[in-house]
Amino acid sequence: MDDLLREFLTETNESLDVVDVELVRFEQEPNNAKILDNIFRLVHTIKGTCGFLNLPRLETLAHAAESLMGKFRDGMPVTSDAVTLILFTLDRVKEILAELERHQREPDGNDQDLIRSLDQMSQRVAPVKPAPMASAKTVGTLAPQTLERALRPGEVSLDDLERAFREAPGPAPATPVVAPAKPVVAPAKPAPEPTEKDDDDRGEGRIANQSIRVSLETLETLMTMVSELVLTRNQLLDIVRRHPESEFKVPLQRLSNVTAELQEGVMKTRMQPIGNAWQKMPRIVRDLSAELGKDIELEMHGADTELDRQVLERIKDPLTHMVRNSADHGLETPAERRAAGKPEIGTIRLSAYHEGGHIIIVVADDGRGLNTERIREKALLAGLATEAELDKMTEAQIQKFIFVPGFSTATKITSVSGRGVGMDVVRNNIDQIGGSIDVNSIKDEGLSFIIKIPLTLAIISALIVETDGDRFAIPQLSVIELVRVHAKSEHRIERIKDAAVLRLRNKLLPLVRLKTLLKLGADEAMPEKGFIVVTQVGAQTFGIVVDGVFHTEEIVVKPMSSKLRHIGMFSGNTILGDGSVIMIVDPNGVAQEIGTSATSSAHARAETAADAAGKAVVDTTSLLVFRAGSPVPKAVPLALVTRLEEVDCRKIELSNGRHMIQYRGQLMPLVRANDDVRIKADGAQPLLVFADDGRAMGLVVDEIIDIVNERLDIQVGGDGAGVLGSAVIRGQATEILDVGHFLPLAYEDWFRRKDMSVDAAARTLLFVDDSAFFRNMLSPVLKAAGYEVTTVPDAQSALALLKSGRRFDVLVTDIDMPGMDGFALAEAVRGDTRVAEMPIIALSSYSSPETIERGRQVGFHDYVAKFDRQSLVAALKEQTASLTRAA
Amino acid sequence: MIKNETTEQLTEYVTVVIGAQLFGLPIARVQDVFVPDRLTRVPLAPPEVAGILNLRGRIVTAIDMRRRLDLGKRDDAQPPMAIGIEYRGESYGLLVDTVGEVMKLPNRACEIRPANLDPRIARVASGVIRLDGQLLVVLDVDRVLDMKNDAVAA
Repeated sequence: MDDLLREFLTETNESLDVVDVELVRFEQEPNNAKILDNIFRLVHTIKGTCGFLNLPRLETLAHAAESLMGKFRDGMPVTSDAVTLILFTLDRVKEILAELERHQREPDGNDQDLIRSLDQMSQRVAPVKPAPMASAKTVGTLAPQTLERALRPGEVSLDDLERAFREAPGPAPATPVVAPAKPVVAPAKPAPEPTEKDDDDRGEGRIANQSIRVSLETLETLMTMVSELVLTRNQLLDIVRRHPESEFKVPLQRLSNVTAELQEGVMKTRMQPIGNAWQKMPRIVRDLSAELGKDIELEMHGADTELDRQVLERIKDPLTHMVRNSADHGLETPAERRAAGKPEIGTIRLSAYHEGGHIIIVVADDGRGLNTERIREKALLAGLATEAELDKMTEAQIQKFIFVPGFSTATKITSVSGRGVGMDVVRNNIDQIGGSIDVNSIKDEGLSFIIKIPLTLAIISALIVETDGDRFAIPQLSVIELVRVHAKSEHRIERIKDAAVLRLRNKLLPLVRLKTLLKLGADEAMPEKGFIVVTQVGAQTFGIVVDGVFHTEEIVVKPMSSKLRHIGMFSGNTILGDGSVIMIVDPNGVAQEIGTSATSSAHARAETAADAAGKAVVDTTSLLVFRAGSPVPKAVPLALVTRLEEVDCRKIELSNGRHMIQYRGQLMPLVRANDDVRIKADGAQPLLVFADDGRAMGLVVDEIIDIVNERLDIQVGGDGAGVLGSAVIRGQATEILDVGHFLPLAYEDWFRRKDMSVDAAARTLLFVDDSAFFRNMLSPVLKAAGYEVTTVPDAQSALALLKSGRRFDVLVTDIDMPGMDGFALAEAVRGDTRVAEMPIIALSSYSSPETIERGRQVGFHDYVAKFDRQSLVAALKEQTASLTRAA
Repeated sequence: MIKNETTEQLTEYVTVVIGAQLFGLPIARVQDVFVPDRLTRVPLAPPEVAGILNLRGRIVTAIDMRRRLDLGKRDDAQPPMAIGIEYRGESYGLLVDTVGEVMKLPNRACEIRPANLDPRIARVASGVIRLDGQLLVVLDVDRVLDMKNDAVAA
């Protein structure tokens, strides 16, 4: 692209942003001639430059807008309509500029519509005084400008430019309009290399002019060179330390200080004031205010707080989103505010400041705040937490549910409390840049979002660990805690054959050795002692076992070579303070490698309530393999098992013909996996503990064999009660047990508690899943919850059934199915008017925000993780209950 | 530069030895020659990636040329030398056994790869130059670093 054009584009875009802000200010203070002058000048500059660069469309538009503003200057009253029209025009100018940037020429088309409106507006109110040709208020000089060096090829002298401005007539308007005041202002940076005089001429309000443009590449190079300088200095300091009497000592000290300052200075060059991201806010708030009929005042504090430009780019949209939300949902209407004894004008406050190594950004409003009751209800219905868990939570903890992916999808929460639209997306964006977001709400007093983000993206805090003699960095952000283990410590590494787990506060964490992950050396048994870096990725928590832990260090993340980028286990590399290069471990990569789904145990849920919501991964299923009764191995999905226990047989009691054991202060019934299992007379008895809402049951087995990750391919038709079918696991035929069969053996009412099946009339349910395993596992659960269940193996059969006239109260469908998938099925159902109203609940082992969004679009009423029996029943209850209401 | 036999143009080559074979790299492609220090191995990396190292603040990917050319394992007693190369905006260090003198040779001396050239070498050679008593293989740096290309040959 032509240099001149590029410069013009950057300049103009910046100017337009300023005009946006100034216009809104002007509307509030119509008598402030200074603001008007400033706007006028900017628009005029744009017009002049367009004429010079031969951009007729832009020129015409700018000219028409300028004419209208000229009228303001001549005393025409400033109306909101007129300002809106000018803002509109500016939007059009921006569109054209965007095109121009892409194709390097103006797009076709014309703007007669806008120009006519502008001209009409100019004419509507006759100027109070006859339009003078030059206003007394104009500033600037007519003095010939001199450039302090010879012109370079392609450059234009300032005089020529000035002449061009004056001669740019403005294309003939459709209706005769008096040309506005002749330009008398020096152009703003008309060509590369502006003189300082320009800046002086442009008056106040534009601090940005004091700067020059430097390419990012130059900055990166500087940064690299400074890093090198720092390293060299460190080496020198090291030498001098060994020779304390050296005459270099004093000058080196000085060099050291200067280097530190230089480093800081270079880092600073990447920084931009956050005000740049806020620039569009006044305009947005103004538009919303008009649209919603609310009076809104926008306060901005700390606009000069600086942060890394990359970070700035990433938070722009989330911030805009939150401000919109505040205006739209947070603030009440003037009438409501009056009734609540609040000032009619609502306030949205944006503030930014430094705290520690972070920038804190607060978006606050004085609206109605979050409706905690509603959130609580929804969380309960969505199965994100149980009643008991919710009772223990503070208001703040409950409010955090708004960040859970998909939480806001329910219409209820958005229409009543009105909050939470897309907050999961906002949080996602902020997560990506290593930040965090918190919410603070006081009912009827207001709501604030507190965002904490690192100063720069390139520098992160990392834990330096060692394994097998090599050092690696693990981003501190994913590290929850460090656990030191040895044989005697409270936290022990336990083994279930190949799989090692850590029992940490009654939760079983899967463990993986960094050494094994990175294939450093042969596989060895898990060591008795070592350090466990407890890491969290989404809802998944796991422990990474390392040999040693050093310290936390701020590291500069450098991209990996293209030869190494395919290694998912690393996210980058860095140079440490001592000059050595180390790899940065990517916790996401590790999580994928482990591939366990950490969803559904009740305990996991309690701990990660806010984060859960089925971020579960992978298409393989973690299975717990054990032996019970016969030599044929048996398995259950690990996600259904709460804990694995080995209890002392002498503690098993027999009461009323049932085996019981004192477990965590309660009597827990024991159920044998089948009649051939014998409860041992002495020694340790292995148990699988299933717990749900305060109740626990122990399934007695002979021996726990292993935990495996396998794609489940079930052959249906197992013999004997409690067997779903068989599957080949690790090359061996294995029986898959039906957990649903055993639970009622311990408590007859297991599935009937919590008034799950209060509806007297059994509701009919159609269940579509290609996997026989899930059909068999879930139908008893659904039946127990009071539904009359019909199962079909694919979407086509489901549609055929519906076409044949069968009606169901609710449809539960898997998403990933061969042939027609769940999305397509939902679309087909929605397209059929006879059944379009039937609620649809989607089941999936994987749910990303995108799939949830897609699900919402095709018409899923709810979205439940596959193994989350509780959530499914809750969702069903909600959907069918709303059916009753609707009926 | 390979077939330009009519003019008397000269090309300068940095000569290196890899597994007893003499190679030449066009000097225009060589950024620097350095002693690789504190090489960090990268787990899970392709075998020819010897590791990464810090060269004046830049992270350089070190390529073990012996492994790359399948010329046997290096004798650990002798520390390797590295030739700094820029390839598609990234820095690489080619680990070689020894670095020799810079030779200025006429372009017309450069012959197309002879048919009997060792295939392991042929796939990264852009030509050969016959010197007194030995053969100098001109390395095609791009082909050396384009590792996907010779999956068949390897």
